[in-house]
Amino acid sequence: MVRLKEIAGSEELFTSGHRLCTGCAEATVVRQILHAAENPVVVANATGCLEVASTIYPYSAWKVPWIHSAFENAAATMSGVESAYNALKRKGKIDRKIDFIAFAGDGGTYDIGLQSLSGALERGHRMLYVCLDNEAYMNTGIQRSSATPLRAWTTTTPVGEKIKGKSEYKKDLTDIIVAHGVPYVAQASPSHFMDLMNKVQKALRVEGPSFLNIFAPCPRGWRSEAEISIQLSRIAVETNYWPLFEIVNGTWKINLKPRQKPIEEYLKPQKRFSHLFKPENKWMLEDIQHTVDKRWEKLLKKIDNQ
Amino acid sequence: MSKMIMSKPMALNGDEAITEAWKQINPDVVASYPITPQTIIVEKFSEFVHDGLVETEFIAAESEHSAMSACIGAAAAGGRAMTATASQGFALMWEMLFIASSMRLPIVMAVANRALSGPINIHCDHSDSMGGRDSGWIQLYSENVQEAYDNVFQAVRIGEDKRVRLPVMVCLDGFTTSHGVERVEIFDDSIRNFVGEYHIDHSLLDVDNPVTYGAMNLQNYYFEQKRQQIEAMNNSRPVIKEVGKAFEEISGRKYDFLEAYNMDNAEVALVVIGSTAGTVKALLDEEKDSRLGLLKMRTFRPFPAEELIQHLRGCKAVAILDRAGSYGGVGGPVYSEVRSALYDETEKPHIVSYIYGLGGRDTTKKMIKSVYTDLDSIAKSKDTPTPIRYLGVRGD
Repeated sequence: MVRLKEIAGSEELFTSGHRLCTGCAEATVVRQILHAAENPVVVANATGCLEVASTIYPYSAWKVPWIHSAFENAAATMSGVESAYNALKRKGKIDRKIDFIAFAGDGGTYDIGLQSLSGALERGHRMLYVCLDNEAYMNTGIQRSSATPLRAWTTTTPVGEKIKGKSEYKKDLTDIIVAHGVPYVAQASPSHFMDLMNKVQKALRVEGPSFLNIFAPCPRGWRSEAEISIQLSRIAVETNYWPLFEIVNGTWKINLKPRQKPIEEYLKPQKRFSHLFKPENKWMLEDIQHTVDKRWEKLLKKIDNQ
Repeated sequence: MSKMIMSKPMALNGDEAITEAWKQINPDVVASYPITPQTIIVEKFSEFVHDGLVETEFIAAESEHSAMSACIGAAAAGGRAMTATASQGFALMWEMLFIASSMRLPIVMAVANRALSGPINIHCDHSDSMGGRDSGWIQLYSENVQEAYDNVFQAVRIGEDKRVRLPVMVCLDGFTTSHGVERVEIFDDSIRNFVGEYHIDHSLLDVDNPVTYGAMNLQNYYFEQKRQQIEAMNNSRPVIKEVGKAFEEISGRKYDFLEAYNMDNAEVALVVIGSTAGTVKALLDEEKDSRLGLLKMRTFRPFPAEELIQHLRGCKAVAILDRAGSYGGVGGPVYSEVRSALYDETEKPHIVSYIYGLGGRDTTKKMIKSVYTDLDSIAKSKDTPTPIRYLGVRGD
């Protein structure tokens, strides 16, 4: 279990001075993760906001060893790091326990990096892969990804005369990861930071791959106020939009069953959903509420059926 | 005292010989994906891993892109990393080739040269590695199985040299060399001392001294990073020579940028890369004509411009054989660079380009002889010759 008192006094391994936007949840999440890690870590980072904003040469916000090679291959790059570690350990050239963490956004995970991630999970490399899900390609300026939710505005799913926002549902990535049969998979949110950090510790303790899908509000892309990012990530949990759950060796567990709030409370503060609040689009709101409820029921069934 | 390392002859194809070299080097990480005509390497090395003959971590990657990405991670973590590919796999790795060299990681890669799609074809030409000539990798080309084997050891020493620190590809002609069984001298395992231990100054696993690999470089630093890479490639020139000499001492076999064959009094010459040099040698052995010469190019990157000029001095006409075309360019890639290298010479030979052997088309002694015949008449004529020609293709 994470002890907040100890963590509060530990060194910041992701330092201030990075160029992530005000209110970007990614920085908060990365700090929470590095505080929770018990062993020294090596980080691999996919191309994206986090990478671009934290390592503008000759500066680096990382006080841990860090590698970025390209966009779609954080998992493959880390496969190589972890394999070299295993080889050098076997040869007696290194003896410390080191943990391996890969960071990528939803574009680098749900879309372009899915193959590389699937390969690494199947091969069983000991690494924690963290998806920082801000629901679109924010680094290139808010284009839709397969993590973008139904009806959300992005620059490639504009609110037009004919088509209003994204017409497709958000891909259920966590389910896809679970299908790989890896020992630890979880969803977390920076609002529930003790839950998040405990999950990091559990994930890093398993022998093999682990995966965390972490909700990461983006004020620029969501058209929300910078100061409410953590609040938004809390409402996402409380509306059942982003449930907190974990799958340990195939066994599902819901970490929090909130008294469910209506989805409007989550959607309203985000201007990417403002078109939903016009009277003629009421059916869209209902559709989204229905989708959230259906996914929650599906999750409950998984618990009941095991 | 002789420094020669004991060896014994074996009958192996090129892929097997490469794998034998890998086994003897015992790299920390091999990350690879099967593709014709490189597949034997992946299969054979897997056998070594499963039989416990190597201590290597073998990553059976789910694509060549991931294989090269894993090699990058492994090498940055202080592991000696190797891979192999060809054609489409090479193309899929393309993005990562540039990143490997920009991070100055001495990965060694075998390339069983194969034509690029489309149309799909599995046989030899050099369009894959020639396309990657500006990816920042050193390129060593092999004429036969022995050279493919020997080049692997030298590639490790050259790439890991502190003056260089660049990835190296060892190219061998697909099927002709990758699958052709030849007699090869295989060293005893003391060859491992020749390559030594891999040591990296800044390892990702040195958690007490954290480093950032692959930072964002904008207008203010990118250019300097690239210039350093260009200089590293130039720095590899003396290293390639030194390693070649050191290798000769242990093997008795000579390695340099170029191999001159019958060039002492040559009036007309061919410049060739890869296995076709063997065909040319066979023809020259039959012809016994001191006017006809061959210059075989072993390194295309770095490009041995000075050495080429030296060897071609005195020639009246030279044909550059390219096993890759260039759509809308000035002849094939080897031709345009050789021609450019000779620009400052006051007495230049006539230089013509022959595109040959695309998609594995056979190149026979008869065809080679026709090139020498062409060169003879070009040498005698006062007219400027047609610069771009083809060898062995319909429609001429």
